[in-house]
Amino acid sequence: MTRRARLWVLLAGGAGLAALLVAACLDLPHFGGDRHPYGDRAVHASLARRTANTISSVNFDQRAFDTLGEMTILFSAVLGCVMLLRQTRDEHRARPEPAEVALPVRRYALVVLPVALLSGLYVIAHGQLSPGGGFQGGVVAATALHLLYLGADYAALERIRPVGAYEVADALAASAYLVTGIAGLIGGTAFLANTLLPYGTFNTLSSGGTVPLLNAAIGMEVASAVVVLLARFLDQAVEIEEESGT
Amino acid sequence: MADAVIVVALLLVVAAATAAVTTRDPVRQALVLAVLGVVLAVLFTVLQAPDVGLSQLAVGSALTPLLLMLTVRKVRRRGQGKERER
Repeated sequence: MTRRARLWVLLAGGAGLAALLVAACLDLPHFGGDRHPYGDRAVHASLARRTANTISSVNFDQRAFDTLGEMTILFSAVLGCVMLLRQTRDEHRARPEPAEVALPVRRYALVVLPVALLSGLYVIAHGQLSPGGGFQGGVVAATALHLLYLGADYAALERIRPVGAYEVADALAASAYLVTGIAGLIGGTAFLANTLLPYGTFNTLSSGGTVPLLNAAIGMEVASAVVVLLARFLDQAVEIEEESGT
Repeated sequence: MADAVIVVALLLVVAAATAAVTTRDPVRQALVLAVLGVVLAVLFTVLQAPDVGLSQLAVGSALTPLLLMLTVRKVRRRGQGKERER
């Protein structure tokens, strides 16, 4: 195909896409409306199962299978990173030298670390009640640990962060999600169906049936996945060096 | 009133996103990306989606810039190592 013909094909495709997009946009509901057919149904279903945060109800009850897919994406992405960033034969580990940390930075990091870690755990624990959930809280808690790298140095971070344990925790959390789903299949009606546990009282930590369990599993999975991911990147950036002469 | 806040948030996002595209140095780009993440989180919160805002804040303005900076550091260190051998 000549360059000219290719350009025409591109233009025709682009024009078709633009026309379809405009047609679709004309049929969209108006901006900022307070009623939406799907939203109303989702809120209704979430309140019927006594889950205060509708987003969590969508994530871990009405669309729990989608969340399983997303968790698998993160899991396999981290697995790929661990494979790609492993120490190869022509590389060796060099102990990073302890670095000078400015006193205000050290003080700030060490004060903020526990606060950030606690906020992360709070966001995970209250995922079914208030905005947030396992995913957001997991990332916050995992990145909070790395303030130790800013405040002290890499050796201190490595002491509180045995990567092997986090790899095991990652796999365990992913299996916990699956096992909860299979429990729904055996004891209830369908895979990941939220019919197994009592729904409890509205707006308490244990309300919502399997929602808090799945939420906690995702929180553990995301937190360990982010820790493992950052550990691999930090290893490459700080410790692993290429052998000289290769 | 709420519309005005949304317009301001949108304009901030446009400004930060344009700045992220025009910055060429990867380290500075990571920092601009963090700012963009914060502004996007503000936009999501204004649009009453605090859950998405939280994810954006955690991933977009903490995790992604951090991964970028670490990658840049690794690449620069490799360059320095090669130069020392010569």
